[in-house]
Amino acid sequence: MLIRHLRANDPKPSEITSRHAYLNRRAFMAAGGAVLAGAALPAAGAASRRLDFATTPHGAGLEVSDREDATTYNNFYEFALDKDGPAAESKAFRPRPWSVRIGGACHRPGDLSFEDLIRPHRLEERIYRFRCVEAWSMVVPWVGVPLGDLLKRFEPMGSARYVAFRTLFDPEVMPMQKTGVLEWPYREGLRMDEAMHPLTLMVVGMYGEVLPNQNGAPLRLIVPWKYGFKCIKSIVSIDFAEEMPRTTWSTANPREYGFYANVDPEVDHPRWSQARERRLGDGLFTPKRDTLYLNGYADRVAHLYAGMDRNKLF
Amino acid sequence: MVLRSAKIAVFTLSLVPFGWLVWGLASGGLGPNPAEASNRFLGDWALRFLLITLAVTPLKTLTGRAGVMRFRRMLGLFAFFYAVMHLASYIVLDQFLDWAAVWADIVKRNFITVGMAAFLMLVPLAATSTSGMMKRLGGRAWKRLHRLVHPAAVLVVVHHYMMLKAGKGEALVHGAILAALLAFRLIPPRHVARIRRAIMP
Repeated sequence: MLIRHLRANDPKPSEITSRHAYLNRRAFMAAGGAVLAGAALPAAGAASRRLDFATTPHGAGLEVSDREDATTYNNFYEFALDKDGPAAESKAFRPRPWSVRIGGACHRPGDLSFEDLIRPHRLEERIYRFRCVEAWSMVVPWVGVPLGDLLKRFEPMGSARYVAFRTLFDPEVMPMQKTGVLEWPYREGLRMDEAMHPLTLMVVGMYGEVLPNQNGAPLRLIVPWKYGFKCIKSIVSIDFAEEMPRTTWSTANPREYGFYANVDPEVDHPRWSQARERRLGDGLFTPKRDTLYLNGYADRVAHLYAGMDRNKLF
Repeated sequence: MVLRSAKIAVFTLSLVPFGWLVWGLASGGLGPNPAEASNRFLGDWALRFLLITLAVTPLKTLTGRAGVMRFRRMLGLFAFFYAVMHLASYIVLDQFLDWAAVWADIVKRNFITVGMAAFLMLVPLAATSTSGMMKRLGGRAWKRLHRLVHPAAVLVVVHHYMMLKAGKGEALVHGAILAALLAFRLIPPRHVARIRRAIMP
């Protein structure tokens, strides 16, 4: 795998890739087979989409939403504005090969392939609540790696106070990028302590399999205590920033969508109440559920916002 | 006889969207968020029927076929029917008869305030739609009252526009159609005659 580190004293690929995996790959290539992308990741185009991951106690006791619901009811404006649009419109999208540019205030910037970005980590499955700003929610078994572990490899500088993310910009496969419904490419960001929080995940799969295109393949963010639009999909760049980065929705409509986007039943969206939510799959004759402060993760993350005005963290 | 079967045909056709929705609700074909799907669907059709109703008079003027006027009341009542169902879907399926939440929405959410205002303007029109009420009010007063449909339609388009998060093009298309239909009514009759001759040789 090609690694283009920008600094001369960076380690050689052989120091990152285990000798075993390296030889293993050689053997496959020699045999004319598919390139094995690492112990945990199926090769691009492989028949099996199953992932190899460790299970965790996260989300024990939560009732997981139907895979069908979670993969056909999507907001992914790059592909379509309707909820059922992204699944249909993203079929031509090929999320591999993929590379991610790491830059900004860090000591080890560079372009990494998807495999090189993820392979050094052990994938784990975590079941999280997912709450959209539009007052619907689901419970999804995500497969990914803690974002903090991944970011540490690039040695962020002391001056890095934020992390900024960008989605792929490719209007040929993401048709809505030819329109002006949002400012493209999609941008999101986190404060450094939010990004490093152990609950924050860089996700590569769901329901035990590689992420479907419409759910943000091959790489997306999941910050379970924030509204879904923070969880940027199909990420191609990660930048360590000293200033709060500009984000897509807070630029499009700063009155309705802020930088923090913390789930809070007591802070209404200007056009609807956030006190309750519709759980996908609940059916017609079930009332909406009460929304939990910080989506039920307050005991883990509320301290990040100590002394801040909740009304300003929408 | 012809009119009667035409009326039955229009009536049946107008019920097709509702039938489709009922089937979708019963069969689970509306996706993972059926309450939202139902609200959107019924709202869309209320607006469509309102625009169709407002197109009847210009159609008569332009084609000279007075017969189309016989369908106007039915189409207007279908607009009201879909508006009632839209409101019912929001109150029952979405809010689950949580009246405090409904009231809070009407008071606090501008787009719901606007939608509710539009609905309240349609109520007296539906109530006075019968021939008996028309006679009791007298043609002139009835006509004046029923001009309420114009500001109501404007509010409906505004309600839709405000509800959308992004990609407001659809609402703008409805707005443009409504603007054209309302602007037509401002054209002096002699110009209308000239337009009619131009398009209907």
